[in-house]
Amino acid sequence: MTAQDVSAPRAQAYDWSAIIKDLIGTAIVSLLIMVPMVAYKSVITQYSLVLVSRWTEVFAVLALILATRLALHLFVWNRAPSPVTAAAKPAGTAKATLPEKIGPWVFPVLVAFAVFLPLIFNFERRPIDLGIYILTYIMLAWGLNIVVGLAGLLDLGYVAFYAVGAYAYALLSTVYFPYWFGDGVVPWAFYITLPVAGLLAALWGVILGFPVLRLRGDYLAIVTLAFGEIIRLVLINWFSFTNGPQGITVPKATFFGLPFARGEGSFSDFFGIEFNRIHYFVFLYYVILALALLTYFVTNRLRRLPIGRAWEALREDEIACRSLGINTTNTKLTAFAIGAMFGGFAGCFFATRQGFVSPESFVFIESAIILAIVVLGGLGSQIGIVFAAIAIMGSFELFRELSVFENYLPEGTDPVHFRMLAVGLAMVLMMRFRPRGFVTRRQPTVFLKERKAVSGDLVKEGHG
Amino acid sequence: MATATKTPVLSVEHVTMRFGGLTAISDLSFEAYPNEITALIGPNGAGKTTVFNCITGFYKPTGGKIALRHADGMEFLLERMDDFRISQHARVARTFQNIRLFSGMTVLENLMVAQHNKLMLASGYTIAGVLGSGRYRRAEKAAIDLAKSWLEKVRLIDRADDPAGDLPYGDQRRLEIARAMCTEPRLLCLDEPAAGLNPRESEELNKLLRAIRSENDVSILLIEHDMSVVMGISDHIVVLDYGQKISDGDPHHVKTDPAVIRAYLGVDEEEEEKDALAAKAVAEALGDQA
Repeated sequence: MTAQDVSAPRAQAYDWSAIIKDLIGTAIVSLLIMVPMVAYKSVITQYSLVLVSRWTEVFAVLALILATRLALHLFVWNRAPSPVTAAAKPAGTAKATLPEKIGPWVFPVLVAFAVFLPLIFNFERRPIDLGIYILTYIMLAWGLNIVVGLAGLLDLGYVAFYAVGAYAYALLSTVYFPYWFGDGVVPWAFYITLPVAGLLAALWGVILGFPVLRLRGDYLAIVTLAFGEIIRLVLINWFSFTNGPQGITVPKATFFGLPFARGEGSFSDFFGIEFNRIHYFVFLYYVILALALLTYFVTNRLRRLPIGRAWEALREDEIACRSLGINTTNTKLTAFAIGAMFGGFAGCFFATRQGFVSPESFVFIESAIILAIVVLGGLGSQIGIVFAAIAIMGSFELFRELSVFENYLPEGTDPVHFRMLAVGLAMVLMMRFRPRGFVTRRQPTVFLKERKAVSGDLVKEGHG
Repeated sequence: MATATKTPVLSVEHVTMRFGGLTAISDLSFEAYPNEITALIGPNGAGKTTVFNCITGFYKPTGGKIALRHADGMEFLLERMDDFRISQHARVARTFQNIRLFSGMTVLENLMVAQHNKLMLASGYTIAGVLGSGRYRRAEKAAIDLAKSWLEKVRLIDRADDPAGDLPYGDQRRLEIARAMCTEPRLLCLDEPAAGLNPRESEELNKLLRAIRSENDVSILLIEHDMSVVMGISDHIVVLDYGQKISDGDPHHVKTDPAVIRAYLGVDEEEEEKDALAAKAVAEALGDQA
């Protein structure tokens, strides 16, 4: 290796004709976009509609675009990969990359942060609420991840199980428990209903699973989508049972029988502390944190059990599974059931946090958002899902908060309306830069000598 | 033949498989004997893979009977069983013509998936496993040991933690055989195991198959085009052409059978005419019967 080799890429002359061609092309595309959108603006005056031209802006932006593009040509795109560095990095035996080095620490750090979050933010209401909100979606996405990420079955109706869990709590705590066991049981209703809601949702998971067993891919997605809508429509129309669109007001959860209220026998009274509304939210925060962690650890353990390996094998190749004696029917049903169960837990929690359930909370867009979190996180990756949930749900909240945009928007436009735009933008960026989600590498469930992550290119996405 | 006195491990009796108007196999009968390697050969489109799919339950034959017998006298009627039950209870394992490994899982994981039913039982259908039972941990360790022993036999032990999709083609073929063997089968069906292998690898495959046959209580049924493999290791060869059996016997018998030579090498025009007439007569006779 001589100095000549190292300096070779620099010596390369610029291909000016190509650069100029590219700049002309860029200019044409930019103008095509900008002329209709920027060059003219219609302004409603008192008497008429006036067209204001803004050519100065158009040319300013165009100049900026061309300058950037030229700079890219001159300083970034002209560098051929140096033969020296290319030789130094033989594929396959690459050294541990940054994600691999910090990988084992990410989850413990996140958990520690989550545990101390109320303390870090000095028991303020906003961050705790946001924490509850994001954790609910993390849990839902971890539940859906079993079905979509591990078993490779595309489920667009996941919100149905969330609804089953929520309505299970609402109906049992307000109607059935008082009727069956008397009013004394109501303070405990949350703890009794939680497993029941999970089981009911799992049952509905199996009920959904049966008819769709033979379907794959797009067809499976359509049927699950329909299932989600059916549950919602039943909730709206079965007025005598669900109270229809008016919804049901749900009792608050208690701290193992101690209500969060003023007066005797309450949580604050029992522990001898002053009543504060925040106690309830901190309690809810830790409940959802515990539920989410339960989901994480159970799923992680399931992955290392034969059932979890069968799910992943099913995603990789269903016919090979059958040739090895795996009952694919049962395997799919358990994936649906266990995924649905976690949805049911989350639904039960959602009902008690809201204090109110109505069919409006279980629309298709919720399913789509949960699926978007799973996909953005990287199919099958639990850590990726945490970051995806923070990114997506966090950006939703950000748009709710931001008044910064208001100055730039037409009068009366709420920045909230732009939140789907943010999700769309995130998805486009993801498709461009990380088409398989944040975390693409799959961690093997068992190893002989060393745990080597499997590259995402080899992992299949499943066909339903 | 000496083998005729033994009880066959697999008997295929009068099996017919039709897809709409196409008859892929017609009235096929043959037997495979314990601890023997039986090869199923024939020109392209002769219906060999269809026979495999019928035996392993991926197709339900239109007519006929397929019986599998274990050494302890248990008998299974494969044409009535679901594909995964055939593997689970009758213990028939198979490989595929186009390799079907779990490419995103590691080599070791592939072999663990193959031991699913055994491990499922040990994990108390997941419940005891989730609670972390010692029984499951011991079963998993035993499963890893079994997988290790097969990886040593197919010389893939050094690649145990690599993704299966990263292996070279020949290694993938051997891994698929190891995976099938991890289900502890009584009958191993190999669909063109030597396809795409170079002569050295084929020779190695011969050794591996012989070792499998002699060290395990397993019979092998083999579809193969590579005659060096077929003639080198088969105890018994069944030749198919257009869904019908045209020859059946030991390698020497088959090699010299004029019907086989005709099917593979074609015939003179004169003879062909005679054949066509004969075939027409047979077809008419069959038509009358139907």
